[in-house]
Amino acid sequence: MIAFFEDVVVGEILELGTYTFKTDEIIRFAEKFDPQPFHLSEDGAAKTHFGRLCASGWHTASIFMKLFVARLKSMQDEALAEDIAVARIGPSPGFEDLKWIKPVFAGDTLRYTRTVTGKTESRSRPEWGLVHSDMRAFNQDGLLAFSFKATVFVERRPR
Amino acid sequence: MISLSELPSNMLREAQAQVLITPAVSPTANLQIKQPRYMTDRTYFEDLAPDQEFDLGAVDVSKDDIIEFASEFDPQSFHMSEEAGKASILGGLAASGWHTASLIMRLLATNLFNKSTGRGSPGVSRLKWKHPVFPGDTLSATAKILEMKDLRSKPQLGMVFIRVRATNQDDVEVIEWDNPVLFERREPAR
Repeated sequence: MIAFFEDVVVGEILELGTYTFKTDEIIRFAEKFDPQPFHLSEDGAAKTHFGRLCASGWHTASIFMKLFVARLKSMQDEALAEDIAVARIGPSPGFEDLKWIKPVFAGDTLRYTRTVTGKTESRSRPEWGLVHSDMRAFNQDGLLAFSFKATVFVERRPR
Repeated sequence: MISLSELPSNMLREAQAQVLITPAVSPTANLQIKQPRYMTDRTYFEDLAPDQEFDLGAVDVSKDDIIEFASEFDPQSFHMSEEAGKASILGGLAASGWHTASLIMRLLATNLFNKSTGRGSPGVSRLKWKHPVFPGDTLSATAKILEMKDLRSKPQLGMVFIRVRATNQDDVEVIEWDNPVLFERREPAR
């Protein structure tokens, strides 16, 4: 993830860490961004098809980003401490096939991973390449709960 | 005896229509069948059609909002400080893409899903962050129905494919995504 485009290994799996979704955090996110009854209270959720309070899908996605950025930063810090050059990562133009597969209920713990699936050169920006990844999150029962296909610009090795 | 599924569909509809007109033995039993799950002023699957477009309203984005969201979920420097934003490809302090998506989700939830029988979504088939969102921007969003499908496994629900778009105050598109959403039906699909 801190590697330059040329050094990124297709198939590499990176563990991003785990996160437990607490009731008050689920509600706080939903009040701000996704005020549907099944995200706002246990009582409200009990009257819906979900049956229990569950996190907004955008909350699940935002926690992916939180863990991804934290992992990136710790790897950058380690590399800098050893005086290893770190590739810059550019903005993402978007994603595909985002799936909310299982509801994320209050108290659930998700484990997020990133698997590199491919690389393509950028024609418009010769100093950058595009790295494609499958991002996934598994719940405490080991079931796939969330996934999407991400693309991000990664710096090429300076020539 | 002939089973219902062997009847031609027009005959079946006619038969079912007759059942509905016929006075029920127990009026309350009939009421229970007809009673919708939610209030009747909600929008059901049957009220929707391809090409319908919904105005979802607008939201203002402040510098504090951008930094607050980024601090919690996406603490990359260009989402946290003006200087780092200017030095980046974004050209200035800009909102996390997940923040932009979440802000538009609020408009969707408030102005469409909570006024309808929306039952959540299994995902987003594609999303594009097209232009950075800067402090002071006002984002206006719409949702357009692309396609609708019956669900064989869940005849009480239908799938509605929507395209969500948001533009800033200069009418520049900042985000677009395609999203299947489940809606309850008044009557199960036949």
